[in-house]
Amino acid sequence: MSALLKSREAILALAIALLLVVIASRFPAFVTPGNLASVFTDTSPLILLALGQMVVILTKCIDLSVTANLALCGMIAALMNGAGVPLPLILLLVVALGAVLGAVNGLLVWKLDIPSIVVTLGTMTIYRGIIFLLTDGKWVNAHQMSEGFKAFPRAVFLGLPVMAWIAILGIVAFVLLVNRTPLGRAFYAVGGNPHAAVYTGISVGRTQFAAFVLSGALAGFVGYLWVARYAVAYVDIASGFELDVVAACVIGGIAIAGGAGSVAGCVMGALFLGIMKNALPVVGISPFWQMAISGAAILIAIAFNARGSGPKGRLILKTPEVRA
Amino acid sequence: MSILKKALTTAALASVLLAGAAQAETKRIAIVVKALGIGFFDAAAKGAEEAAKELGDVEIIYTGPTDTTAEGQIEVINSLIAQKVDAIAISANDTDALVPALQKAMERGITVISWDSGVAKDGRLMHLNPSSSPLIGNTIIKLAADHLPEGGEVAVLSATSTSTNQNVWIEEMTKVLPNYPNITVVGTVYGDDLADKSYREAQGLMQTYPNLKAIIAPTSVGIVAAAQAVTDAGKVGQINVTGLGLPSEMAGHVKSGASQSFAIWNPIDLGYAATMIAYNLNTGKATAEPGAEIPMGRMGTAKLDENGEAAMADPFTYDASNIDQFSSIF
Repeated sequence: MSALLKSREAILALAIALLLVVIASRFPAFVTPGNLASVFTDTSPLILLALGQMVVILTKCIDLSVTANLALCGMIAALMNGAGVPLPLILLLVVALGAVLGAVNGLLVWKLDIPSIVVTLGTMTIYRGIIFLLTDGKWVNAHQMSEGFKAFPRAVFLGLPVMAWIAILGIVAFVLLVNRTPLGRAFYAVGGNPHAAVYTGISVGRTQFAAFVLSGALAGFVGYLWVARYAVAYVDIASGFELDVVAACVIGGIAIAGGAGSVAGCVMGALFLGIMKNALPVVGISPFWQMAISGAAILIAIAFNARGSGPKGRLILKTPEVRA
Repeated sequence: MSILKKALTTAALASVLLAGAAQAETKRIAIVVKALGIGFFDAAAKGAEEAAKELGDVEIIYTGPTDTTAEGQIEVINSLIAQKVDAIAISANDTDALVPALQKAMERGITVISWDSGVAKDGRLMHLNPSSSPLIGNTIIKLAADHLPEGGEVAVLSATSTSTNQNVWIEEMTKVLPNYPNITVVGTVYGDDLADKSYREAQGLMQTYPNLKAIIAPTSVGIVAAAQAVTDAGKVGQINVTGLGLPSEMAGHVKSGASQSFAIWNPIDLGYAATMIAYNLNTGKATAEPGAEIPMGRMGTAKLDENGEAAMADPFTYDASNIDQFSSIF
């Protein structure tokens, strides 16, 4: 029982349950299955981006350019749609473009050894700048997008919108990736102890590169989903959202120093934020308090995580010292 | 009107000739906007260029930060001071934060006026409102009421809780509410001018108030997001989204019926009028003092109140009958 309570995932699940109970006491309709499904759908982009961010953070890096990548790929998806490119091809191309943008980050980190926070801070601005150059800052609006382009993420399949299914698919794929493949284990090895990883024959740089490509490809795909869902594309879409993505990972117990964390934790971290974002407007809390509440929730979650992580090493000299 | 127009044209022509004869020095007027790449401001810049063409000896510098921050605008202002421009006409991201930088500009002889979104009184000679705030406040509630003959619940979806513009408009709207006895304003929420947050807040409104009949969004990001949220919820025809938006961005939602009508002033006229005023103040053709009337070319004259503010014109309503005509303009 106490071991269960110490696991981050269990604490987080408890926190989410508690959050839902509190919300239900003020706005019962929030916890109906239909509404919870729509909250999950709304949180899908955050879940997908957080999964990509998770593998990057596991390798001791951080990707601040995810949402700039998202915005650029989303804009290009909207522009291609305007030019009459068929949807399957658009999906393929945005994923490829996202991967390339991620690879740029990865190469700079790998080959030039620049700290990832600096690299992605730079590319974040560059990617947003490219959108501006492409469009002169003009918007692509709902009526300039084809019906099929907007309908795909909304199409209902077995009771859930496609967008939610994509998130579920992403979660399953990531569980398999990090637990069952050599690359997945390498993410942990590189972040946990880079020196030891090198001795076992894992290239630290190459693994970090792979993490960035993965995160970029996901961001590219979410770019399409985002633009199709909100039916608008402009330079500033999802600006500031990268902080939510990192926050979801941190709340989910992904160690910012790398090497520790689970897909379940990451998904629950994203869900926690997603529920919060969706619930605050309906529970009648003053908007002036909303940001403070979100911030407090992040700090509390991190405090729990820090306590749960326990001592880092073994104190081998303590006993003799006490004797002396 | 036509006599006035003629007189003004003559005056403008004369000033062009005089300026040409005296010295070929062009006046450099900087149009500083909240952020580059916003359709509304691009249209305003078009109007400024139109005024420049009409005046002849004016060069327009259209500039602004890449994101809507006061810090970014301060940098822009400092660089304009270094370039020794003749006048700055600014739409401010912050009422107070820009005052020191703009005062520095005025100390160096630069004519500073604000337009669209104002700066505090100490930081400018005068402020040109696109319309009067009471008129806008009345327009946004009237847009909702016009389509609700039997009355009902309406809610407001604003930008950020600290936006100068939106807060004043909502305040003015509240003042005229007694004129619309059947309309109940059930709440105000803030979408922070982010598409996703505005969408979520609109969804929240629909959940919290099942009898909601209209959403008033006096912000261009919010109105588009709310219209999309209403469409996705299958409530087109049941909930009318209205407020302030741009014709090019709202065209689809007006056609789908999610928005019956919305309003906006003409940004081209606004950029034009701001340029005319900056020019007339800089050349000494008018002075900025309470009660003064400053000519604005084809837009008539701006009459300053005791706070040094003036209104340009009434907001204009766009609906299915004229949306096509304007959506190609801005």
